[in-house]
Amino acid sequence: MAAGEGDRDKKFGGDRIDITNQDEVARRRRRSRRRSIRGRTILYLVALIALLVSAGPFIWSTITSFKESPDLYTKANNPFIFNLPPTLEHWRFLLADTEFLTFAWNTLWVGFLVVSITLIVGLPAAYALARLDMKWSGPLGIAIFFVYLIPATLLFIPLTRVVGTLGLLNNTWSLVLIYPTITIPVSVWLLVGFLKGIPKDIEEQAMVDGYSRLGAFLRVVVPLAFPGIVAVIVFAFTLSAHEFIYALAFISSTAEKSISIGVPTELIRGDVFFWQSLQAAVVFVALPIAIIFNLLLGRFISGFTMGAVKG
Amino acid sequence: MTPAQTVAGERILEPARPKRRLADREGLLAKLFLIPTFVYIVGLVAFPFVLAILFSFSGVTTGNPSLEFVGLRQWRTILGSSVFWTSFWNTLTFTLISMTFVVLISHVLATILVKDFRGKWIVRFCVLLPWTTPASLAAVSWLWMLHSIFSPIDWVLRWVGLIEENMYWLGRPFLAMGSIIAVNTWRIVPVATVIVMAGLMAIPDDINDAVEIDGAGPWRKLREITLPLTLPISAVAALFGAILTFADMTIIFVLTRGGPTQSTQTLSSWAYFKGIEGGDLAQGAAVALFLFPLLLAAAIAILRLVRRSEVM
Repeated sequence: MAAGEGDRDKKFGGDRIDITNQDEVARRRRRSRRRSIRGRTILYLVALIALLVSAGPFIWSTITSFKESPDLYTKANNPFIFNLPPTLEHWRFLLADTEFLTFAWNTLWVGFLVVSITLIVGLPAAYALARLDMKWSGPLGIAIFFVYLIPATLLFIPLTRVVGTLGLLNNTWSLVLIYPTITIPVSVWLLVGFLKGIPKDIEEQAMVDGYSRLGAFLRVVVPLAFPGIVAVIVFAFTLSAHEFIYALAFISSTAEKSISIGVPTELIRGDVFFWQSLQAAVVFVALPIAIIFNLLLGRFISGFTMGAVKG
Repeated sequence: MTPAQTVAGERILEPARPKRRLADREGLLAKLFLIPTFVYIVGLVAFPFVLAILFSFSGVTTGNPSLEFVGLRQWRTILGSSVFWTSFWNTLTFTLISMTFVVLISHVLATILVKDFRGKWIVRFCVLLPWTTPASLAAVSWLWMLHSIFSPIDWVLRWVGLIEENMYWLGRPFLAMGSIIAVNTWRIVPVATVIVMAGLMAIPDDINDAVEIDGAGPWRKLREITLPLTLPISAVAALFGAILTFADMTIIFVLTRGGPTQSTQTLSSWAYFKGIEGGDLAQGAAVALFLFPLLLAAAIAILRLVRRSEVM
């Protein structure tokens, strides 16, 4: 009996509770409920603040993009409400009268080609590092991790010369050539993590069944790694859409620009700001990327296992 | 040898026979698989890096493409320039202050986001927005938030009665630096949060259960279990964030272009303005090279932490 009580005490709290004493039980119950209500309140409060601070600029961008100019440019007007009826004029202006859709199209096809190159080059490399017997796979994994950390700032000046020598200055193809230097290392790094998560037995069984190493890789491992590959596709595309410094250094003619440099350099002309259309462009780009990213967030978290350099 | 053993032996050997085929020779296959990545990295990362070093010892400009050796002239010019030292200290303060905030905020957010609560998906969506949006566009949104006349922050402060006139966030050196730090923190927090979340989720459930059974309150649990176990991954998040911070010039390019009077210039932004807009490739490359020791130190620190840590 005494031992049983001891077990129960351990389970429900640190010190002994006399459960025959009704007052004591009620007091403890109240305290734990109060504690949990307070905990929940703090949780929701912090969550709400985080939401407002993170999304605040975008919420305001959205409101701005629908505002009439006289409403926007009156200092005394409440900036968070529509003092005049909302208008679609600035969205129309962005899509029809600026080069925004050219930038968007450039970003899309550069991203598509960069992702393709990244997978064709990076997937075999990741497989070699994750699975094939090699003396150097440890140091090579670390080397790729280092390359992943090298920022564009360090290389954009000499690369401008390289791109110029290849005759690609002022041409979107320069981005197709250079962006894989950013996306390949990070993708290899993520893919090594995903590939290590696939049990070795499966491909060994495939080889026993008559596949070659290459066949087992192409027909068994790649399909199994598909969820990881999707995550890498999204990640590499996002990186190429985000990139700013290389694009800014290589490209100066409007028709060749990507969204990330086109919007801040072309939609802002000297002192003339098309504020509503600018904010419309921000919202137009921010929302779809954020939605896709959130769908895959779980995979990015599991991909951040550092498997590639843990050794 | 009995016939049965021979049969068994052959059966074992049979699948090994195609090993002689190219597609089965692991060592060769591994090399073939790595060659494209190797070529890419040597050609477009290692070679340009060497080129950057050569540039910094030459007199190359956009108008004069020759790479003749001029010794330490460029380095001496840079080290003697006051803008360099402003940029250097700005880079350090900018990175250190941003990362202090990033570590604190991301830890709080990660603790919340690993819990279950109603409306979690919308909070998660909004918290990630600053990171998933291209930096230059997020900065355009902030450029408007911090506008000299129509800033909604100013409007709220005026409405509350704290200020009479406008703040001119980007027009005064101290406020401009503060704004840059705030926007950068806002942008790096999501990625740090994701990294810390990965660490929190890797803490084995039985540790948490054991702590709760032993009756530790939330504060004690944080101090004795969660913090020691997640400290290394917080450090990794901070180092990643630091690299993203000191190597980036997007926010500064869009918001202040280094101004007012160079007060928000960092090594990255100055390298761009000197090297590309000013056309002085040699000095631009030399300025950018100052980032390399910082980068190397951060990368080595990350590796050491990762290898020691339990939860990565």
